[in-house]
Amino acid sequence: MKKLILFIPLILVMGMGGFLYKGLFLNPKLLDSALEGKPIPVFQLERLEDSSEIITNETLKGKVSLLNVWATWCPSCKYEHPYLMRFARQNTLPIYGINYRDERDSALRELNILGDPYTKNIYDHNGRLGLDLGVYGAPESFLVDHNGIIRFRYAGPIDQRVWDETLLPMIKQLQAVAKEEGAS
Amino acid sequence: MIKSIFKFMGAILLSLTVMSVNATPVDTYEFKSAENQQRALELAHSLRCPQCQNQNLIDSNSQVAQDLRLEVYQMVDAGKDYDEVIEFMTSRYGDFVLYKPRMEPKTYILWLGPIGLLVLGLCIGFIFVRKQRISQVEDQGISAEEQKELDRLLNRDAK
Repeated sequence: MKKLILFIPLILVMGMGGFLYKGLFLNPKLLDSALEGKPIPVFQLERLEDSSEIITNETLKGKVSLLNVWATWCPSCKYEHPYLMRFARQNTLPIYGINYRDERDSALRELNILGDPYTKNIYDHNGRLGLDLGVYGAPESFLVDHNGIIRFRYAGPIDQRVWDETLLPMIKQLQAVAKEEGAS
Repeated sequence: MIKSIFKFMGAILLSLTVMSVNATPVDTYEFKSAENQQRALELAHSLRCPQCQNQNLIDSNSQVAQDLRLEVYQMVDAGKDYDEVIEFMTSRYGDFVLYKPRMEPKTYILWLGPIGLLVLGLCIGFIFVRKQRISQVEDQGISAEEQKELDRLLNRDAK
């Protein structure tokens, strides 16, 4: 019994070592979103493609959708773009773009050249919506359920792997819930 | 001669670029009062930039930090108190933006852990010291046989 007590410090140190070791592999870029489980912030912004059309947070309700924050000045968005095109063709869910701190002309030009995966683009010229969403860089993506509640935030470019392993299972699940509750 | 002129012009150019980097509109913000300014600067110092991670809102020149800085300044000038600003920040960026975590069940071990370790250390130290003293006292006692042997040796030396 007495000998066992002598091992307690060793066990404590090993426990702490394990804890710290695990900390080495945490990605500090992946912050928990404070907004998961909360509704999309209230907003009223012009549509990128047509300044007379106003998009609000109500527009996004009714269907499970993906909100993708992008800009022409963002290199990782260019990496992400072809994947978004592919997912848009598969027609799994509407993808709304938030054109974040960008110029309308250059944004439209880029969509013309590279293709437009977005159902609609929200023109967040001064970044206010981005700020309310807790965006700290682009690209970031938010999975929004049919009630307009943010269910998941992904910071960084989406590629095939992220889509297959993380997003698609969640989308399927959210769409099943939406169907049960009578939304399309 | 020409070389030194080039150097001089280079220096001017460099200092101009440095100045223009610092001259963001946010930093020319005019506060309603000096007291507001001090309060806002203190707050911005205590908040972490969500993008750059190891800098506070004042130190960082990233776009996000600039936005948040401006937001803090405006909120303070609008008469919002400390808690309201902190709530605004954490509801968007999470507890991550706080350099000094709040006292809540999730962070109890963070706040109380060091005190706990100190108390534990003191307890162990105390027990250890006490035990040693007791064993020292015990060691001083010698058996009758040992005493006899000791007497014999002493007597022999005395002769």
